[in-house]
Amino acid sequence: MNPFVSLIIISFVSLVFGLIVMWVSKKFKVEGNPIVEQINAILPQTQCGQCTYPGCKPYAQAIASGEAQINQCPPGGEEGVKKLAELLDVEVIELNPDNGEAKEIDMVVEIIEKDCIGCTKCIQVCPVDAIVGAAKHMHTIIIDACTGCDLCIPACPVDCIITIEAPLPKFVQRIDKPALYSTIEQAQQW
Amino acid sequence: MSGLFFIFISAVFINNFVLVKFLGLCPFMGVSSKYQSALGMGLATTFVLTLSSILSYFIHTYLLVPLGLEYLKTLSFILVIAVTVQVTEMILHKTSPLLYQVLGIFLPLITTNCAVLGVALLNIQEQNNLIESAVFGFGASIGFTLVLVLFSAVRERIEMADIPESFKGTPIALVTAGIMSIAFMGFGGMVR
Repeated sequence: MNPFVSLIIISFVSLVFGLIVMWVSKKFKVEGNPIVEQINAILPQTQCGQCTYPGCKPYAQAIASGEAQINQCPPGGEEGVKKLAELLDVEVIELNPDNGEAKEIDMVVEIIEKDCIGCTKCIQVCPVDAIVGAAKHMHTIIIDACTGCDLCIPACPVDCIITIEAPLPKFVQRIDKPALYSTIEQAQQW
Repeated sequence: MSGLFFIFISAVFINNFVLVKFLGLCPFMGVSSKYQSALGMGLATTFVLTLSSILSYFIHTYLLVPLGLEYLKTLSFILVIAVTVQVTEMILHKTSPLLYQVLGIFLPLITTNCAVLGVALLNIQEQNNLIESAVFGFGASIGFTLVLVLFSAVRERIEMADIPESFKGTPIALVTAGIMSIAFMGFGGMVR
């Protein structure tokens, strides 16, 4: 067969395949839920679980689907509730005390290093990987990364984790310098 | 019927694509470091490989042969595989987000898995009919999954072992793969 004809045939076959893919991509288009992303952006990303959801994203999904109230995030504080209310166009409500209290002064935790036995239990519960250390070696907390969620305090078997006042207001820190960076460039800037 | 059974057994063990024919080594080395991901890759490959071996049979028999364009089979099979992977990914994303998350990155990676193309081409070479092609494709991917899962289990053990510095990582993985390959050679002669 003339090579030119085979060229046309194979191009035609490719075109048909392309059309199939196009049709399928239209037919099975997945609508993302942009509102979830927007809510998630407002939440403080402490991943502390005080809202009763496993993390900030699941809580954002729950808010978006109407399952959860906007007042279940103590780390976000009144400020966070206000922003959520603005985004979702609902009434500003008081923080739900069942989920814990918003702290007036931002707190982070510190390990009393001479008491640390190096059990790694606090490392495992830390949602933002702010604790460094290895088995049977002393651990310490990276203050800048700590979100003050206090999840490590009950995990410590020797009660050597205490809360201290944050050197910088955490809310400011979180906005300028979130615990979890969304891009590498963002992380490298700091 | 017994013919199909032999094709299946032969594709899984005797002519195992990874360890005997040395096809699909990239995912074999790449995603075998964890058991979970190995299983995910295996499942995704099983699905796509079976589907694409059937589709490429149709393309070959009803399009390329009547037009006398057999020499374009590699090109058209690559097309078929790419389209199958893309369409599978999109349908899966819509219909089963959970499975989509489990398979994740592995799904698009299958496009470049040479075992998939190898099966399609071998089907033509062996002049398999439709059912035989499907069984051969399914068997090949089951063999691929089996080896991937076995190898990932071995590699998880190797991670913990005390290995000389110069053998750490890929070298010891390749040595292990070689020994596994020798073991699989033992199946040779079981069925033709």
